[in-house]
Amino acid sequence: MHDMTLTELARALEAGEFTSRQLTESLLERIKRLDGELNSFISVTAEQALAAADAADAARARGEAGPLTGLPLALKDIFCTEGVRTSCGSKMLDNFIAPYDANVVEKLKTAGTVSLGKTNMDEFAMGSSNENSYYGPVKNPWDLSAVPGGSSGGSAAAVAAGLVPAALGTDTGGSIRQPAAFCGITGLKPTYGRVSRYGMVAYASSLDQAGPMARTAEDCALLLSAIAGHDLRDSTSVARGVPDYCAELGASLSGLKIGLPKEYFGDGLDPAVESAIREAVKVYESLGATVQEVSLPHTHHAIPAYYVIAPAEASSNLSRYDGVRFGHRCDAPHDLEDLYKRSRAEGFGDEVKRRILIGTHTLSEGFFDAYYKKAQQVRRLIRQDFMDAFEEVDVLMGPSTPTPAFDLGANKDPVSMYLQDIYTIAINLAGIPGISVPAGAVDGRPVGLQILGPHFAESQLLNVAHQFQQVTDWHQQRPAFGKENA
Amino acid sequence: MMQWETVIGLEVHVQLATRSKIFSGASTAFGAEPNSQACAVDLGLPGVLPVLNESAVAMAVQFGLGIDAEIPEVSIFDRKNYFYPDLPKGYQTSQMYHPIVGPGEVEITLDDGDTKRIRVHHAHLEEDAGKSLHEDFHGMTGVDLNRAGTPLLEIVSEPDMRSAKEAAAYLKAIHSIVTYLGISDGNMAEGSMRCDVNVSVRPKGQEAFGTRAEIKNVNSFRFVERAIAFEVERQIELLEDGGKVVQETRLYDPDADETRSMRTKEEANDYRYFPCPDLLPVVLDDAYVDHLRSSLPELPAEKRARFQSELGLSAYDAGVLSATRAMADFFEGVKDVCGDAKLAANWVQGEFAGRLNKEGLEIASSPVSATQLGELVARVKDETINGKAAKQVFAALWDGEGDSADAIIEARGLKQVTDSGAIEAMIDQVIADSPVQVAQYRDAEPDKRGKMIGYFVGQVMKASRGTANPQQVNGLLKEKLDALC
Repeated sequence: MHDMTLTELARALEAGEFTSRQLTESLLERIKRLDGELNSFISVTAEQALAAADAADAARARGEAGPLTGLPLALKDIFCTEGVRTSCGSKMLDNFIAPYDANVVEKLKTAGTVSLGKTNMDEFAMGSSNENSYYGPVKNPWDLSAVPGGSSGGSAAAVAAGLVPAALGTDTGGSIRQPAAFCGITGLKPTYGRVSRYGMVAYASSLDQAGPMARTAEDCALLLSAIAGHDLRDSTSVARGVPDYCAELGASLSGLKIGLPKEYFGDGLDPAVESAIREAVKVYESLGATVQEVSLPHTHHAIPAYYVIAPAEASSNLSRYDGVRFGHRCDAPHDLEDLYKRSRAEGFGDEVKRRILIGTHTLSEGFFDAYYKKAQQVRRLIRQDFMDAFEEVDVLMGPSTPTPAFDLGANKDPVSMYLQDIYTIAINLAGIPGISVPAGAVDGRPVGLQILGPHFAESQLLNVAHQFQQVTDWHQQRPAFGKENA
Repeated sequence: MMQWETVIGLEVHVQLATRSKIFSGASTAFGAEPNSQACAVDLGLPGVLPVLNESAVAMAVQFGLGIDAEIPEVSIFDRKNYFYPDLPKGYQTSQMYHPIVGPGEVEITLDDGDTKRIRVHHAHLEEDAGKSLHEDFHGMTGVDLNRAGTPLLEIVSEPDMRSAKEAAAYLKAIHSIVTYLGISDGNMAEGSMRCDVNVSVRPKGQEAFGTRAEIKNVNSFRFVERAIAFEVERQIELLEDGGKVVQETRLYDPDADETRSMRTKEEANDYRYFPCPDLLPVVLDDAYVDHLRSSLPELPAEKRARFQSELGLSAYDAGVLSATRAMADFFEGVKDVCGDAKLAANWVQGEFAGRLNKEGLEIASSPVSATQLGELVARVKDETINGKAAKQVFAALWDGEGDSADAIIEARGLKQVTDSGAIEAMIDQVIADSPVQVAQYRDAEPDKRGKMIGYFVGQVMKASRGTANPQQVNGLLKEKLDALC
């Protein structure tokens, strides 16, 4: 069962091949057996999962099952879940039991899904390797000496290892697509505003977006249909109808215009990754698509702009963790200043502190114009690059990451770590959707193809990815880790 | 001796009378149990997001229209970042660069009846913080977040005021505009209106401003005047002794009647303002603004002018009666029922205001309604009762001894006696009962008799239990007494 996709599981549940309880028990057993080594979960909520599975089976027995009823999944530990610890990968929130459900959690519960638990992540979603978690690094199931990517590394590893068929992640600069690429799964970052951020612990509010991580584009479509939509509690969510993304899978790609941004095939790209991506593009040509080179001239400004804007927002978003109302509080503070300083010094890890400091600096009087304002201007240019490109082509394609998953501990220098996100970060600045699909492997480590579309083009992206998965089998490959007969 | 000029600018924080908070659905009612009106958003829990309250926007725009201000099409919320225990998110959501109300003007009336226009630089929306409670916690501090997220309109004036009196008059004018518009209860004791006062002095004739001090959180008209008076004197003394005024934030202590330094410019926070990414820019189209404009009530300045031109009231009376919406509404209520603006003005400012004052009550809690008072004044106007009896009726109405003036007049038999036969009978009785006084009257020089008649009038009025028409009593008495001489 653990190898099946959501879509296959839904069919099997409907056919009565097994119950949601059996499925849930089986996966919980797998998590228990395998996750000690992988460390992809921060909290496993077995009791709640079994109760939800029973409720789903009962609903099915009453003939009230929907398309997601009884399907197991996992939630990145950034989504607030009522009555369950929501740590965000931080010591700061190690003791935080959320008193409410995030909008997406509410929607998934209503749809009858069964959450098995909360997955590991880089602290406050800051990181590209999942090495910044208070709960320890996550390992990549394809190679336990490699990182799974980040910050949604736990979600990606859990799906890749067959612990859950799908999981929710969040993506601020590549945090869904990069771990999806590293772990050989499919991950979609929707258009900014497509999915409500209510109840998602904020890192960089103007960039954060939740999205599905699963084995196939079809499964991502199924999940996106459930979580997308306007939410009155999130002013930045967009009031726009939600299509049935599954129903739109199947359109022919004949005549599809694909653009290859030349900036995504330059220095720093691993040649083996490049050839995998070029092979994938050939597959599209064989499906009737045409390919042309395009340019996104401001690409090289994306990382600097991101590392001004995201830390600026983060420095403000993370001010609420002050030891006063919830979260970590230092022992016996002798005054208010001491309470603030020690609670925050003890509660936050190095990378979080680094970004708070950067953000505090760039917003300071005398620096604001040179950094924040300039970065926002750059952001507009980056967005315009994409708008211009989409005048010429339907979708853009390139590598999700410059290299396959790197080794744990390999990127000790923060800046070299930041450069990992070179192909993903501009997409968040522009607010457009992007999907990463498995498209090859280098030395046993997966390679991800990134496909980008204009705002709200999720249907098209999912179909373009789906068509690829109809004629390739990269998404069906499974790591040796956790194989039942291994 | 150098002549000094005072320069004052005010930042007035007005709590808007919305039912729920500016960015959450929690109630804004005053006086609830600590932290009983703070929801997840007000507590700044991880993951929560603000949603702008449309009625706070409407109220801010109404204020802008009330002072003839520009209403920019786009306004933007910014975050003002600083740490404080009663500031749950570690930032206050405010409007730093693109406020909802642009430049406008407020007319103030000075004691001598002159008016002056004070320019308003802008007004912006922001959220209030919670309250830190230092008592009852044994050396610790309690935090009550009921007030956190209450909508505030901060109205920032230009430095156009030149005296403490002008500053107080400006504050009163703002109070009057916001209460007229019904966008705030204006209750200063509950903190619905507070202000920060910027004060500097400069040698008369000098154009450049002196260094200013900001006095924080002054919460009454009287304290504004006193804080400024103290601060001006302090600054002048400092300068005349060869010192310098430091730019700083000061606190006014009403008990000691002085201002004290809180922090200097060097110690000031760097608030690291930036646009709040959780809120969209507020875009107001013409139709929206026009709709609010068309539903604006008559404002104090217009009302004052109309009271003079249409009702023939004096400038003074018109000013007093239009000072607050409650006062104006009450007065107009009395006037509409009795049909005599001048009589209504006299009664509202005299007997009615006096009694309210004595009891320390607001108009809203007056036991006598405008209709009741109007009916009473109508009986004075049609001479059913005389002035003296009217005061008795008023007191009885106040004490709840009857539902209407007519009922009390009837019950107490206060109807004015104008039947001259009845009055003559009472006069005859009084004359018969007062031989000594009659003899004195007769023996007095004729020009002294006028004063002496007062005694007889008093006796007759007493005999009539105040109901006799005093003019008639006077006339008839004079006739009868003179006939005896």
